[in-house]
Amino acid sequence: MTLKTYVISRILLTIPMIFILLTTVFVVVRVLPGDPVQMHFEKMASPETVDRVRTLLGLNKPIYLQYLDYLVGVFSGNLGKSMQDYSLVADQVFSAFPATLELAVFATLIAVLVGVFLGVESSKSYNKPKDHVIRVFGIVTYAVPVFFLGMILQMVFGVWLHWLPTGGRMPTGLAPTGMNVPLSPSSGFSAYFLVPSFVGLALAGICLVLAKMRRKPIERRLWTRAVILFVVGFAMFAGLGWYFVSAGRVHLSTGLYTVDSLLEGNPFKFGLSLKYLFLPSLTLGVVLCGIFIRLTRTNMFDTMRLDFVTAAKARGLKDRTVTYRYALRNAFLPVLTMMGLEFALLLAGAVLTETTFSWPGLGRYIFERISFRDYTAIQGAVVVFGLFVSIVSLAVDLLYAYLDPRIRL
Amino acid sequence: MEEKNSIRKSMLARLAAVIPVVKSLTTRKGLAGKLVIIGAVLTVAIVVMTALSPWITPYDPNDVGAGDPLTAPNSQFPLGTDLLGRDLLSRVIAGGSVMLEVAIISVLFCAIIGIPLGLFSSHTGGVVDRFISLIMDSIYAFPGIILAIALTLVLGRGVINIALSIAVVYIPSYFRVIRSQVLSMKELPYVEAANSLGAKRRTILRRYILPNVLPSTIVVATVNFADAILTAAGLTFIGLGVNVSIPDWGRDLTYGRTLMLSGNWWVSTFPGIMIILLALGFTLMGEGLSELLNPRLEQGGAK
Amino acid sequence: MPEPLLNVKGLSVEYRTSRGTNHAVDNVSFTLDKAETLGIVGESGSGKSTLGLSLIGLIPFPGKIVDGTITLDGKDVLKLKKEELRKLRGTGICYVFQDPMTSLNPVKKIGDHFVEMIRAHQPKVTKKEALERARNLLKDVGIRTERVSDYPHQLSGGMRQRVMIALAIALNPSIIVADEPTTALDVIVQAKILDLLNSLRDTYGLALILITHDLSIVLERSDKLMVMYAGQVMECAPSHVLYSDPQHPYTRGLLKSIPNIELADQKLEAIAGSPPDLLGLPCGCRFWPRCKEAFERCTKEEPKLFRTAENHWVRCFLYDQEGETQ
Repeated sequence: MTLKTYVISRILLTIPMIFILLTTVFVVVRVLPGDPVQMHFEKMASPETVDRVRTLLGLNKPIYLQYLDYLVGVFSGNLGKSMQDYSLVADQVFSAFPATLELAVFATLIAVLVGVFLGVESSKSYNKPKDHVIRVFGIVTYAVPVFFLGMILQMVFGVWLHWLPTGGRMPTGLAPTGMNVPLSPSSGFSAYFLVPSFVGLALAGICLVLAKMRRKPIERRLWTRAVILFVVGFAMFAGLGWYFVSAGRVHLSTGLYTVDSLLEGNPFKFGLSLKYLFLPSLTLGVVLCGIFIRLTRTNMFDTMRLDFVTAAKARGLKDRTVTYRYALRNAFLPVLTMMGLEFALLLAGAVLTETTFSWPGLGRYIFERISFRDYTAIQGAVVVFGLFVSIVSLAVDLLYAYLDPRIRL
Repeated sequence: MEEKNSIRKSMLARLAAVIPVVKSLTTRKGLAGKLVIIGAVLTVAIVVMTALSPWITPYDPNDVGAGDPLTAPNSQFPLGTDLLGRDLLSRVIAGGSVMLEVAIISVLFCAIIGIPLGLFSSHTGGVVDRFISLIMDSIYAFPGIILAIALTLVLGRGVINIALSIAVVYIPSYFRVIRSQVLSMKELPYVEAANSLGAKRRTILRRYILPNVLPSTIVVATVNFADAILTAAGLTFIGLGVNVSIPDWGRDLTYGRTLMLSGNWWVSTFPGIMIILLALGFTLMGEGLSELLNPRLEQGGAK
Repeated sequence: MPEPLLNVKGLSVEYRTSRGTNHAVDNVSFTLDKAETLGIVGESGSGKSTLGLSLIGLIPFPGKIVDGTITLDGKDVLKLKKEELRKLRGTGICYVFQDPMTSLNPVKKIGDHFVEMIRAHQPKVTKKEALERARNLLKDVGIRTERVSDYPHQLSGGMRQRVMIALAIALNPSIIVADEPTTALDVIVQAKILDLLNSLRDTYGLALILITHDLSIVLERSDKLMVMYAGQVMECAPSHVLYSDPQHPYTRGLLKSIPNIELADQKLEAIAGSPPDLLGLPCGCRFWPRCKEAFERCTKEEPKLFRTAENHWVRCFLYDQEGETQ
C-alpha cells in the first residue's frame, strides 16, 4: 500500500468517524429519556420557565432542525449557550482547552521519558530482580486511581513538605500574557519577521526530523526541500503579517502558560508555571508510564537481537552508545504510535487530575458543569474532546505511515 | 448412594488435577505464573472479605459515633475514624460490595454484548462488518471516562445504570480482540471444512471458534474488571457514584479529600489502598495470563 | 616453544532453555599463534559461531560459558571486567560478521562508523583524524576513498564486507575472527575477500580465525584446521595433513563432497542424514547415526580426542590406541 493511498483512505475514514461522534453525542443528550431542560432544573421549575428556557436555547425546534443547527454550529464554532449563565459555551471551552493541552503534553512527556528509560533498564536485566521490580511497578501504577495518586502527592509535596503548590495553574493575576509585538511600518523590522521565521524554521525542522527518523540520509535533495518549506512558511506568515501591520500590533499568545511566559520574556513566570504544572503532570504521567515500560521492554528485546547491535558491540562500542543510539532508534516508532493511542486515555485521566488539582482545564470544566446540570456545556465540551482525539489519532496514524519503512512512498 | 460417591470422586479427581497446574505456575521461571497466583489470591481474598463483612466487622460500619470523629489509627480503631466517628476498619472491610457489584455487572454486560457481536460481525464480514467496526472504533477512540460520564448523566445514577455506562465504554475492547482472532481463524482448513459440510453458522461459531477465542477473552475480561473498578471509582469522585448508604470505598475516598489536605490522611488512604489492591489483583492476573498464553522471548540455541 | 597468542582450553558453552539444555560447545580446546590462520569448519548447529562469539563474550542470551579458559596474551579473557572486555573487542580481537548488510548501521555514513569506533577506544582522536584513518583503511581493503561519505545501502555486498574488514583492522587487533565471511557473497567476490584477508594478515601480522561451513575455502588458506560437529571437535590438524590424511569419517565425507574441477567424472557424495537436535543428542559418539564406519562401541561410549600424530587429533574409536587424549 502506498503512502498516498493510505493518507487518502485514512482521512476519508476520519470523516464518518467524526460524524458518528457528533451524532452520538447529540443523540445521547437529546433523544434519550428525560428532557434536558427539565433535568437541569431538576423538575423544580414551572412549565413556563421551562418553555422560556427551551426557546432561549433553541430546544423547542423540531429535532431535525436542532440536529442541523447543532452540526452547523459545531463547524462554525458555535457550541450553544450554557444552561447556567447563558454565555457562549464555545468561549468557555476554548479558554479552558489550552490548560488541558499543556497538561496533556507534559504528562505524555513524563510518561514517555520515564517509561522508555525504565523499559530499557528492564530489558537489559531480563528476568533478574531489577526487571521484575520495574515490571511490577508498571503494573501497580496502572492500578492506582489517578485521583488517589494525585491526592497523596498533594499531601506529601504540598502539605507535608511545602515544596510544591497543591492546586491551580498560576497565582492569581500572574498569568502570562504572551508576546505583544508592536508593529508599524517603521518599527521593529526584526519583530515583523519574527513569526514567519519561527514558522518557517519549524516546518523545515519537522521535515528534517521526520526524514532522519525515516532513515533517510540527509542528502542534497532533502536540504532543498527543507529550504523550500522554510521559504513557504515564511511567505505564508509574512503575508499574514501585512494584515496585522494595519492593526498596529501583533499579539501572540497560545494560552499555554509555559510558552506564553517565554514569549513574554519572563523567566520567573516560566519557572512558576512549571512549578504548578509539575504535580498534575507527574500524577498523570506516572499512571500512564506502565504502558510505555512494557512496550519499550518488548521492543528492545526484539531489537537487541538484531545483527547490527551485536556487530556494534563487537566493535567495542560502549554499552550506553549501543543501547541508546542503535537499539532505541528502532524501538521508538511503536512508542510514537502508542503515544497517539494513549491520548484518549490521557484525556480521560485529565478529567480526574484536573479536578484533584483544581487545574482550570476542560476536564474540570466538565466536572463543574456536571454539578450545575449544564447539559449544553457538557455536550460542547464532550464534542471538543472527541474532535481533539480524532485529530490527534489521525495525525499520529499519518505520521506512523510516513515513518514505517514497510510503506513505500 | 453409589452415584453420589462416584460424582464426589470425579470432582476430587478434578480438584487434584488442578494442584500440579498451580504448582507449576509458581515454579516456572519468570514472573508470569507468580503474577497469576498473587493476583488470584488477592482478588479472592477481597471478595471473600466483602462477602463475609456482615460478620467480621468489629463495629457497625454505619454506626455514627462509635468513636470520636477523626481519630488517628490507634489500638481501638486500627484504621482510625472518619468525620462522623465511624470505624474506618469496618468501613474498609465492608466497602467493596458496591464496587464489586458494579464491576461484575458491567463485565457481564460487556461480555454478553461484546462477544457475540464480535463473533457475528467478523464471521459475517463485508459491509456489515465494516460498519460495526467503524462504530466500535469510534467508541474505542473516545476517552472512556467522558463517555461514561455522559451516559451516567443521561441514564441516571444507580448500580445498573452505572454498570451499563461503564460497559459501553469497554465493549469495543472485547469486540476487537475477538474479531482479530476470528479473522485469523476463518481461513483455517478445519473451519472451512465444517462450512463446506453445511454446518450452521451458529454451530461453527460455538464449537470451533469460541473455544479458541476464549483464552484471550478471559485476559480481556480481567483487564476489563480492573478498568471497571477504576472507572467506577472515578465516577464516584466526580460525584456520579451510586447513591446508597452502604459503605463504599469510592465514596470514602472522595469525601476524605478535603480532610486529607488538613492532615487527616487515614480517611482517604485506606479505602484508596483497597481500591488499588482490588484493581491490582485483576491486573496481575491479566498480565500473568496474557504472558502464559503468549509465551515469547524464550530463545536460545546455537546456529 | 613460545606461548601461543590465544589459548582456549576446555571451553564449554550451554544454552539453558525451558525445553532443555543445549550443549552448543562441548569441551573445545585449541591454540592460535601470531600470524597463524585457523579454519573452523562445521555444519549449522556445530557450535562454531558460538565458539567464535564466546571469544569476545557476546554469546546471545540465554547462552552461558560454563567451563574452560580463554587466554589471550597471557590474560584470562573470561575474568575480565566489563569495561576491559569492551576494550578488548576491536583492539584485541575483532569479529567480522556474516551478513554485512545487517551489520552496518543503515543511518550512519561509512566514515561515521569508523569515527565512532575509533573514538570509542581512543577518545582523544579528533573527527578529522579518524576520517583520515578511515580513508587509509578503505584504501587498504581496496575501496575508493570517496566512499567514506556514502551510506551502507549505496555499496555492494562485497564492498560492505570489505568495509567490515576495514573496521576490523582499524585498531590493529591481534586476532580477527571472520564468521562465514563469504557466505552472503558470490563466488568471485568470495575469492577476493579471502585473498584480502590473507594479505592483511601478512601485512599486519594478524592471527586469523576463519569460521565456515565450506571446507574448500579454508583448505588452502589456513595453517591449521579444526572440524566441529554437534559442539565437539571431531578432528584437528594442520591443513595439508588434513587434506592428505583425513582420519575422521566426517572429515572424509566433507572432503568427498567438494567438487574438483579436474576430475571429469566425479560423483559428489553427500553425508547421509542431518545434524542432530542439540537438545536430544544420541548416546555415544555424536556422529554415529551418520557414520558409515560406526560399530557397537560408538553407540555406547563417547570417544575422546585421540592423538594420532604430533599435531593431529581425532575423536573416533577407530584410532583408539594408547595415544594421548585431550
